[in-house]
Amino acid sequence: MATRGGNRAHAVTAMNDNSQPSLRARASWAQRLIILIPYLWLAAFFLVPFLIVLKISLSQTAVAQPPYTPVFDPSAGWAALKGFLAELSLVNYLSLAGDALYLSAYVKSLQVAAGSTLILLIIGYALAYGMARAPRRLQPLLVTLVVLPFWTSFLIRVYAWINILQREGLLNQALLALRLVDELPVWLATDTAVYIGIVYSYLPFMVLPIYAALEQLDETLLEAAADLGCPPWKAFWLVTLPLSLPGVLAGALLCFIPIVGEFVIPDLLGGSDMVMIGQTLWTEFFTNRDWPIASAVAVVMLIILVAPIVTYQHFEARQLEAGR
Amino acid sequence: MSNDKARRSVLGGVKRDFAPWADPTARPLIRFEQITKRFGETAAVDRATLDIYEREFFALLGPSGCGKTTLLRLLAGFERPSEGRVLLAGDDLGLVPPYQRPVNMMFQAYALFPHLTVEGNVAFGLKQDGLARGEIKARVAEMLGLVKLQGLEQRKPHQLSGGQRQRVALARALVKRPKVLLLDEPLAALDRKLRESTRFELMHLQDRLGLTFVIVTHDREEAMTLAHRIAVMDHGRIVQVATPAEIYEQPRSRFIAEFIGDVNLIEGGLAAIEPGLAAIESAAGRLTAADPGEAKLGSQVWLAVRPEKVRISLERPDGAAGAANCVAGQVTDIGYLGDVSIYHVRLRAGPMMTATAANLTRMVERPIGWHDQVWLSWPREAGIVLTR
Repeated sequence: MATRGGNRAHAVTAMNDNSQPSLRARASWAQRLIILIPYLWLAAFFLVPFLIVLKISLSQTAVAQPPYTPVFDPSAGWAALKGFLAELSLVNYLSLAGDALYLSAYVKSLQVAAGSTLILLIIGYALAYGMARAPRRLQPLLVTLVVLPFWTSFLIRVYAWINILQREGLLNQALLALRLVDELPVWLATDTAVYIGIVYSYLPFMVLPIYAALEQLDETLLEAAADLGCPPWKAFWLVTLPLSLPGVLAGALLCFIPIVGEFVIPDLLGGSDMVMIGQTLWTEFFTNRDWPIASAVAVVMLIILVAPIVTYQHFEARQLEAGR
Repeated sequence: MSNDKARRSVLGGVKRDFAPWADPTARPLIRFEQITKRFGETAAVDRATLDIYEREFFALLGPSGCGKTTLLRLLAGFERPSEGRVLLAGDDLGLVPPYQRPVNMMFQAYALFPHLTVEGNVAFGLKQDGLARGEIKARVAEMLGLVKLQGLEQRKPHQLSGGQRQRVALARALVKRPKVLLLDEPLAALDRKLRESTRFELMHLQDRLGLTFVIVTHDREEAMTLAHRIAVMDHGRIVQVATPAEIYEQPRSRFIAEFIGDVNLIEGGLAAIEPGLAAIESAAGRLTAADPGEAKLGSQVWLAVRPEKVRISLERPDGAAGAANCVAGQVTDIGYLGDVSIYHVRLRAGPMMTATAANLTRMVERPIGWHDQVWLSWPREAGIVLTR
């Protein structure tokens, strides 16, 4: 009896031993699948569209549906593919490089993005610092207030700025009432209006990452700095600022990258002399129906933005490693 | 070798003869004068008065929330007193901000700058003083040598072990040669073995550098090993300031007696006072102590007896010597700790008492077992009469 029982126990153990590796293999297979999902996502919604845009940028415009040639027909076989490839050319990129209009739009976009990111940094840091230093119980409320504008449509908020900035708008009325001006200044359709609109719209994207970094800052570090002979203003430069740099960098890139391609704000608030690359893109696609050149514009913009994106990812990876 | 021996004898000598608090002409380095610190309605520190002398290793001991850390932070300048004054070498520190005080603090969680290397952390304070680069480098190297951290200069804090981080924090606080080093639970984050060895290192370091150390701790063993004197705090008040031995042997209240080690407290009334004798009528019978302390005849008192001073035996001890107090009871629990055993005894009269006995032989079977009828006895001098 005892022997049989012992045998059975043995058999059970053996079975467990057998099932163990297959279980592990299945687990790792599932893990691989989970890792695969974001890659599939990126491939389907970033890589494939990008390749399509890249292909269109190498095509020529045509009065047809779709409005460019060549169109690849997989059913036509090898010879057709060869002909298709032969028809692709860099001519759109050459015309981009040759036309000062595109170049100035790129420069303007980068200028506006850099300038407004700088303004955002200063205002955003001050706001985030104030929030992080506010009493603990007030902080959730302050975060809510920063996010609150998102509850209204972005477009409506930009339209509201038209109202504020126009000749008889709120801003001028206020300035007049305070006797700060005698003559009504022009705001709308100027660069200033674009900067105001961009800084207003992107402020939460700057404030939140900086606040997150500052909020995590251990306050005893500032006490330690003071204890070692460092007055508060100096402790800000030596301790607070360096430790909040990850948040600053995240906020700066979160603002800079989309601002470069911004379309709505310069279109609604800017003047005709303020042409950013997003507007150029729009004009080529929808007014001129020149898809190939519009695609080329988009591809070049992406290449320009790859540098900051890669910097950001490199920095994030380093942060993750340091956090371990 | 001989050098080492000489130093040790000096250390021993200093430990034995060092008692500036007993010298009425000695001037304290630090003086807390009727310090009160309120947070809202509650007083974290309540009318604390305390003198700390140069080269002293002073401990603030008490349970969490007793105000010991607040007292330390008042000295560092992170808190302003609501009332009273803090004096350092005779100067009122009142409005001096922390970054201008000649004291340095080692923080409980170390508060190392995560973005700076070990070297950067230790050099931080010296850079604030605007010292020359060469001197900073030399002093940092010297200090890192002192705390045995050579070779780790370029590491960041997150690349260090807990013990190494503790050393960086210590080096960072010491490198400025402060008049007073403040240590806020400096060993709390270390594991037991490391904590015990670090204790002795701290003692040697303090002796070698000749600095004044003020340590905050809730660990009585730590306070007793490290400090020349201990201030026991309770609810914001300083309840006793004395050497470790005095605090252990002559606690002034039941709270102190219980906080500093185990103790038997037997409640009773003071029945008689004679020269060299105080008789207490208690539930365990008539017990005697050598000194009535502050107690008045007829008042309610507690007789405090440390368990290691209580002798436990199977036979009734005979002879008056060493057995002025003798009570009978039954063993209810035995805690075997290896070096000593703890016996819980229910007295025939009702109350419980504890006795500890060193296990002097390697016998596995102890002569006293569960439910044995035993006698507990202790000399008159072993008991302390407490009124609070």
